[in-house]
Amino acid sequence: MRLAHAALDVVDVPMRALQRLVGVPRIGWLFVAPNLLILGLFTFLPIAIDFAFAFTGGVELYPSKRPYVGGENFATLFECTDYLDPSTCRKDLFWRSIFNTAKFAVIQVGLMVVFSLVTALVLNRRVIGRGFFRGVFFYPVLLSPVVVALVWKWVLQREGVLNAFLTGAGQSPIGWLTDASWAFFWCVFVSIWAHMGFYTLILLAGLQAIPSDLYEAAEMDSASPRRRFVRITLPLLMPTLIVVLVLGLIRAVQVFDEVFVLTGGGPGSATMFIVQFIYQTGFAESIRLYGLAAAASLVLAATLLVLTIAQLRLTRRSLDNRPATRDG
Amino acid sequence: MRYANHIAVAAIAASLGTAAWAGEIRVQCYSDGNECEVTAELAKRFEAQNSDVKVAIDKVPYKAVLEQLPVQLAAGEGPDIARVTDLGGLSKYYLDITPYIKDPKYWEANFGRTLPWMRSSPSDKGIYGMMTQLTVTGPYVNKTLFEQANVPLPGPKATWDEWADATRKVAKATQVPFAIAFDRSGHRFSGPAISMGAKFFDAKGELVIDDGYKAMAKKLYDWNKDGTMPKEVWGGTGGSTYRDAFEEFANARVVMYLSGSWQIKRMDTQIGKKFDWVAVPNPCGPAACTGIPGGAAFVALKRTKNPKDVGRFLDFLASEPVYTEYMARTENIPAHEGVAKKGVDYKISPQSRAALSTFVAEVPKLSPVAYQIQGYKLNRAIFNPTAARLGQAIVGEITLDDALKRISADIDEQVKAAAK
Amino acid sequence: MAERLRWLVARRGVSRLDWTDWFAWLYLLLGVVLMFGPVAWLVLSSFKTPAALTEFPPRLLPYGQKSAVVAGHAEPLPVYRVKLPDGSVRELAELHRIGIQATLVDPVAPEREFKVNIRDREPVREFQLATGNYSEIFGKFSFGTFLWNSVFITIVATLITLLFNAMAAFALSKYRFKGRDAVFLLIISTLMIPPTIILVANFLVVSELGLLNSLWGVIWPAVATPTGVFLLRQYMLTIPDELLDAARMDNASEWRIFWRIVLPLAAPALAVLAIFSVMWRWNDFLWPLIVLSRTEKFTLQLALNAFQGELTTQWHYLLAMTVITLLPVTLVFAFLQRHITAGIASAGIK
Repeated sequence: MRLAHAALDVVDVPMRALQRLVGVPRIGWLFVAPNLLILGLFTFLPIAIDFAFAFTGGVELYPSKRPYVGGENFATLFECTDYLDPSTCRKDLFWRSIFNTAKFAVIQVGLMVVFSLVTALVLNRRVIGRGFFRGVFFYPVLLSPVVVALVWKWVLQREGVLNAFLTGAGQSPIGWLTDASWAFFWCVFVSIWAHMGFYTLILLAGLQAIPSDLYEAAEMDSASPRRRFVRITLPLLMPTLIVVLVLGLIRAVQVFDEVFVLTGGGPGSATMFIVQFIYQTGFAESIRLYGLAAAASLVLAATLLVLTIAQLRLTRRSLDNRPATRDG
Repeated sequence: MRYANHIAVAAIAASLGTAAWAGEIRVQCYSDGNECEVTAELAKRFEAQNSDVKVAIDKVPYKAVLEQLPVQLAAGEGPDIARVTDLGGLSKYYLDITPYIKDPKYWEANFGRTLPWMRSSPSDKGIYGMMTQLTVTGPYVNKTLFEQANVPLPGPKATWDEWADATRKVAKATQVPFAIAFDRSGHRFSGPAISMGAKFFDAKGELVIDDGYKAMAKKLYDWNKDGTMPKEVWGGTGGSTYRDAFEEFANARVVMYLSGSWQIKRMDTQIGKKFDWVAVPNPCGPAACTGIPGGAAFVALKRTKNPKDVGRFLDFLASEPVYTEYMARTENIPAHEGVAKKGVDYKISPQSRAALSTFVAEVPKLSPVAYQIQGYKLNRAIFNPTAARLGQAIVGEITLDDALKRISADIDEQVKAAAK
Repeated sequence: MAERLRWLVARRGVSRLDWTDWFAWLYLLLGVVLMFGPVAWLVLSSFKTPAALTEFPPRLLPYGQKSAVVAGHAEPLPVYRVKLPDGSVRELAELHRIGIQATLVDPVAPEREFKVNIRDREPVREFQLATGNYSEIFGKFSFGTFLWNSVFITIVATLITLLFNAMAAFALSKYRFKGRDAVFLLIISTLMIPPTIILVANFLVVSELGLLNSLWGVIWPAVATPTGVFLLRQYMLTIPDELLDAARMDNASEWRIFWRIVLPLAAPALAVLAIFSVMWRWNDFLWPLIVLSRTEKFTLQLALNAFQGELTTQWHYLLAMTVITLLPVTLVFAFLQRHITAGIASAGIK
């Protein structure tokens, strides 16, 4: 403790001097500076460099050594005779991964929000050991994506415990991760398993913020549980639900870590998502096409930006339309 | 921009220290069996004889050498020596050690056949590294299963179709799920492809996929479809990720396994006596009965700050007594002509010895096309798409014809990019 | 007494058990099975011998093959239950196997040899914990190094994160300077930038700074978390400005105010951020994957991923490594679960 105080005093002297120099209000800049420096170096600078990559070609790592090719990378990415059929595209894997990602995002977020909501509703009741159950659903969130993938890989192997249950019941074992539809299903399932707890807690907090006298009033009017849910819970929970939806969607579009370890994009490219495409093009192939990877990254960023803005617009609209049922 | 960077470096103090000291060389190594462990011991001996040099061996998984070393090197980072398999693809980072070794003629005489694999063009005459093994691809067979099924092993001139029939019979009789498995690798695929007539290069010397290649592709596709081969291997993962089928063979889920001589030590350690595993000669096609050579080499890298020490260490490893010992302990086929002629006294199990001699006998049978494609700088441009696209076809994502078309397109794209 | 019992069966309905109550209980039970089950299975499996792991269908508990000491043999020999040609069934120890024929002996009377087809014998199993899986990986895979790297990165990054984010949050909540709102929006906007899209470019920056293959190359880019700034700022907004003004009148410098007043008051939010940061850094995967390529610099997650390719035939080591990797997080969870869940709940309410 004394050490900390000593450190404090040491830093204090130059800080006081600076304070006298710039005045109290502007010293805010000093405090923000370290954070901004890090962000600048490791987020904004790379974005600028990304543009440099996206408009150059070749296989060199340094932008200065790369030849300028204009929009060729983007043209390559978007070269398709039929945009709805990846096999007609020049970069078929890019389009396959986009369709997979879109499918994944919609299904995974949809299901996850539903399950998180149900779980939050269940946890909101006065059940004994509620703290314990809250922790149960949250536990997988703490596990790293590699661990999550390995846990489930072990269960889903051809000779894993899931198939053991199947053979025990007289069925033949299924290649859970080697069949395209099942592999996709498990990617969705494992992803929900690993992240649901987080959103459940957010929704739970939202539920707990709803004043209980509203429910009591409704009970006195002998409203059915379904009516209570639709008329009270849902509207008041809507802002939180939207937060969950936005966050969930942003994360779902960026899915990579756990599915990469679980299926590696396979079988074929059935579970290849856009981030894996970027990673593979830019890092994992023997002949690295940094320009293409950067171009794909920018497309992804643009998509996310559009998505988020659209969602925030919806939020504002729904918040404005919300009936005034709150007290104070 | 650079200036600011330098200031930033100075400001961001502490653990930047991974730079080698004068007199220290770092070797990035991956093991097929025990290569890195043996190298580490030999390095200690080298250090004892040369007290002014320190040799540090970094053991990494094969994946790291495939995926991360190239990026490291592109960024100007990395070790002084690395054990690599993509000999041609990384050639622009190699250091010519001719001025740093005792006797270049010794190297030419003993490694002459494989030195070109590390050169960036036919006119290049530099010495860039030392092959730590000469590998040959070829099949392993679970002999115990054949005995249990009472099916005779096909002879040395048997074709791929005859082997497919025999192994299918064995699999059925012994209730083993699959008959044949190949490693998921374009390199492995090339051997049978050449046997079926693939030439890989057209008259102009450019990569092309011809009828021989397509015939083998069709075979692979059909075998996966009718259950002769396990779909998990080629179809189970995405992109051009390497995956071997060792697990399937070791757990007796497949009767015949096309891999190569570098697996002998691993077979010995992990299968041992569980069942009788034997190496058999490469099955035949209309054109040849060949595998494809290969192997990993210790290459010297341009970025090193101690080229003299690198030269000395490689000289040490390339000397006859050390190389002979290295081969004996790692159970590899020597790439050193002198050592190969004298023969290596492998102190290994009878099974390993038999397998090794089968592979050694395969070396003279290798087709010149095999040497050509292995030595081609951009062979990854065809090996990677082979695995990726045929994998897609096998799981039914695209048709076989589409896959073949895509492989051609991928080759063109990569070759063009590499030429920019 | 009755009151306490009432809590036990707390339900929605007044006197009858509603369908929602049944549903709730079943759902929670299913939740426990689904959330803990796979992990528990992983832990159990990590104690099995390699042979037991290849068994299908797998047994619940770790079983290993029984072995017997036979006179004249240094190592214990595996024991099998053998069906002899005369129809009797005996437990015998196997000397060796050639082809499809096994040679076995009775451990107590080893002179007589039985030659049997391998189809007529099956291994005798007993409960065995293969603790060797755990002890061996420390020797084989420089596990201690990976552990140290993960710990170092996690602790150092968390400390720096707390400092930088607190400073930024302080500035954004307690000061009014031109451009303050723009800065805040800038910081928040980075939430929308997926790390992957700047992967290659970031790699270039880190390599130019000489931070490649350094643990600091993993630490520095990770410390400016927008979520952290947001969280702390929300909390700091609730600290009354009068406290700061009073301190200013006592001639305290701004830095002192930050250290002595604001930070201690923001302790609960700092604690939450600390827990988040520990979780994030411990589990970081993609960025360390790009930055670190020397094995001695690998974190636990990287080592796990790297070796999962190498060890497809050696699941027993892989499982043990996985269990060790998830152990610290599990322990933190077990002890601090309440704080974590409460923290997330309060963070979620915007």
